[in-house]
Amino acid sequence: MFGKKRVAIVGAGLTLFRRNLKETGKELAYEASKMALDAAGMELSDIQSVVMGTAPDAFDGVHMKGEYLADGAGARNKPYVRVYVGGGTGVFTPLAGWWHVASGQFDTCLVVCEEKMSSCFPHPAYAFTTIFDNILARPLGTTLIWIFALEMHRYMHKHNIKKEQIARVAVKNKRNALDHPCAQLAANITVEDVLNSEIMCWPVQRLDISPTSDGAAALVLASEDVAKKVTDNPVWIDGVGWCIDSTIWTNRDLYYPDYVEYAARMAYKMAGIKNPPKEIDLAEPYDPFDYKELHHMEGLLLCRKGEAPKLTEEGVTARDGDLPICPSGGLLGVGNPIAAAGAMKVCEVFWQLRGEAGKRQVPGDPRTGVAQAWGDLMQYGSVIVLRR
Amino acid sequence: MSDVAIVGVGCVGFKSIMPELSYKELMFEAAVKAYEDAGGIDPRKDVDAFVTCAEDYWEGFSIFDEFVPDQLGAVLGHLFTVSGDGLLGLANAYMLIKTGHFDVVVVEAHSKASDILTFYDIVAFALDPIMVRPLGGNPYYIAGMEMHRYLAETGTTLEQCAEVVVKNKRNALANPYAAYGADITVDQVLDSETWFYPLKKLEVSPLSDGCIVMVLASERMAKKLTDKPVWVEGVGWATETPNLETRDWCRAIYTEIAADMAYKDAGITCPQREIDFVELSDLFAYKELQHLEALRLCRYGEAGMLLEDGVTTRDGDLPVNVSGGCLGMGYALEASGMQRLLEAVLQLRGEAEGRQIPDAEVGLAHTWRGIPTATGAVAVLSNIKE
Amino acid sequence: MSEKIKSYPGFRIKTADLREGKVPFEAWRPRVRYAWSAGIAMSRFLEELKNGRIIATYCNKCGRIMVPPRVFCEQCFKPVDGWKYVKDTGTINTYSVSFIAGDASRIKEPIIVAVIDIDGASPGMGILHKIGEINWKEVKFGMKVKAVWKPPEERVGSITDIKYFKPIREETL
Repeated sequence: MFGKKRVAIVGAGLTLFRRNLKETGKELAYEASKMALDAAGMELSDIQSVVMGTAPDAFDGVHMKGEYLADGAGARNKPYVRVYVGGGTGVFTPLAGWWHVASGQFDTCLVVCEEKMSSCFPHPAYAFTTIFDNILARPLGTTLIWIFALEMHRYMHKHNIKKEQIARVAVKNKRNALDHPCAQLAANITVEDVLNSEIMCWPVQRLDISPTSDGAAALVLASEDVAKKVTDNPVWIDGVGWCIDSTIWTNRDLYYPDYVEYAARMAYKMAGIKNPPKEIDLAEPYDPFDYKELHHMEGLLLCRKGEAPKLTEEGVTARDGDLPICPSGGLLGVGNPIAAAGAMKVCEVFWQLRGEAGKRQVPGDPRTGVAQAWGDLMQYGSVIVLRR
Repeated sequence: MSDVAIVGVGCVGFKSIMPELSYKELMFEAAVKAYEDAGGIDPRKDVDAFVTCAEDYWEGFSIFDEFVPDQLGAVLGHLFTVSGDGLLGLANAYMLIKTGHFDVVVVEAHSKASDILTFYDIVAFALDPIMVRPLGGNPYYIAGMEMHRYLAETGTTLEQCAEVVVKNKRNALANPYAAYGADITVDQVLDSETWFYPLKKLEVSPLSDGCIVMVLASERMAKKLTDKPVWVEGVGWATETPNLETRDWCRAIYTEIAADMAYKDAGITCPQREIDFVELSDLFAYKELQHLEALRLCRYGEAGMLLEDGVTTRDGDLPVNVSGGCLGMGYALEASGMQRLLEAVLQLRGEAEGRQIPDAEVGLAHTWRGIPTATGAVAVLSNIKE
Repeated sequence: MSEKIKSYPGFRIKTADLREGKVPFEAWRPRVRYAWSAGIAMSRFLEELKNGRIIATYCNKCGRIMVPPRVFCEQCFKPVDGWKYVKDTGTINTYSVSFIAGDASRIKEPIIVAVIDIDGASPGMGILHKIGEINWKEVKFGMKVKAVWKPPEERVGSITDIKYFKPIREETL
């Protein structure tokens, strides 16, 4: 790539994802960071820069939360910055780590993503009431689930998709999560269970949704020179992409995530990917709701618009299918500590490409994987392409 | 040496309050000016990435990122938020361009501090929730504690600190972007209310509203967009520790680390000789002196004497905060570093009008994220490309 | 290394233990208050709502008539060219029915929420609002609706000056 610098992931770490964890946010950040360093066979003194990813301060209940978390993330006396793109943060933070190294500014970067949603008491959902426009939306009592239900419904209407088809995603991901040691909501459920679960905001039902969680994830990034010294099997960050759409989401057609497509095109161009379904061996699209996995598969150009439900029905997206989607169990199964959940997906692709995913390992010796996260007011996409 | 340049700047403000505009409209005006200044670029086509610098609780929104793209021309563009000062945004824009994948990157930072009704409560909300916050009180007591220790260890005097306020507010009189220019005396500062002993009321920068947008470009693009590129020769940034219990209460360690990094990047070995002027964080008056020392422009304890000797005045050998600093322009939250950077750019372009420093070639911009952080950033800029 | 790691860090605690105070915690209710400047576009929009009208802005370059109004066109990145009243009727673009409150607790009467594309504005220019005077099971995509305003003396210049939108029945068309 024009003599530009290549960046590798050389270690990953992850904590349990749970509704309430006893650890503070700093302690969670430390645990994930330490595990990632150990996995890379590196010490904190080998780390030249640190990037933090964490979503609303209102969860942890600390203003300037990035500053508060700094020592947990090993950033004491180091160049340290927090990047923040709402729900897209977990996949975006490794992108920021990428440019720390790809710029030649640093040889190593520790990427840490943390979320402690349970601190927002009595329910983390309160933090979401302040994400809306202060004049147009908050006075109506707008909630997070409202707006996603509006998007889901529009998507179903446009392509004539049945709820049964969407429910299959929840069934698949919760089942995949049975093999994930950190999973919060792994379960063996049926489509009927989803369809019979409590209606929250039609068409969204209880089992269509990922839980709120505490947790952290971390990655160690290194330049090509360093990576080749510390490991025989680095995983390369070959493409990065991100995109934001207009704030005024009520002026957009919600049936299709243009912002994900634009982010994916940016990343694929950098990675030289011309035919995504052929060249990508597995994907971890963001699935806080079951319909979002389908929506995002389409935005990632892994299939045509409206085609994702059919692929899911045919088993193509199962762990042993032709295009495994969310083999980790996704947010629906593993849990959704916002920024840490996105980073968990990058960890999963890393482990899958190294053949280290244990019971979750997808067959076929995968070489190229994609992780994606989504955020803000249904307007943000962040995409990373990893290659062995 | 460097291959990243600032090619456009736009500023609206700074004023103590700007109720006529929403934050979106404020940002739009600054962005339009910056794009015009950068050779009339079209943000819908010509910008490869956008960086916005904001903290949720300064804005009163969770995920403020949501409300930014439209007014910067970044709809379906590649925008992200740095939860930090504008200079940290600059550092990330700089790295993006250095990867070779990005040619034009926009950085935005703003303050709509007048929208905040409970400023000190929000600052207190940044304190450690277990160890510090429950103790209560106005969190700026932390500045009082640091100032006290700094004075005790370095021998810096109360008069020297007060002199910083006099100098910077006077400098601000010549800066149309400054909200708090004034001609006052050392006695007026010393006689002002004690807020956090030994810190006086007039030594605390008052808040201001405003927005700054800058356009950065790779060398290739910079030459197409402007005749007056200002080269980013080096950047550095660092966090010491958020723990009040274990931080250094005399020295600004975060600034030392950031400065060393930026100097190395810029190939500067003797900052005193190589830097013509400095814009640094004077959120509290003593901070100007402490930061000048941490930037290795003099030894600890010497900054007050340099000030007394007139070295740091506008016509001295090492002018400091010719813009008026935060004391003169107003504390603009995450836009504070951008104020410093803006002045450096205007000086290096020779566009600082009545406050122009003659023959300025190399300038330094510095920031600190304020109470309770120990995070700072430094940028070294030059109008000469070697 | 996923398969090589024997145990993952994290101590789970039960929500009930937290609520009952069996786990040490520090409680804090932040005092955060704001008074946001509404700005040029939204100030006018709110004043017009008080008058019982919905106002848009338009851009001569892309030709869009935009609701909610803005002072700059985000597509063309230029100031808008003027103001224009639009109708208080529209079409349901998408809708949902909320059975839970902000804290996920059940509510008695479900709330129908919708994106309503406003008549007189360009296609797809919607606003978020509620739907009333209809059973939620009867709401349809593409349904025509009309604003139900609060009486003039109760309007304060807020999006809630419109109580909700109600379906337009055939006979009133």
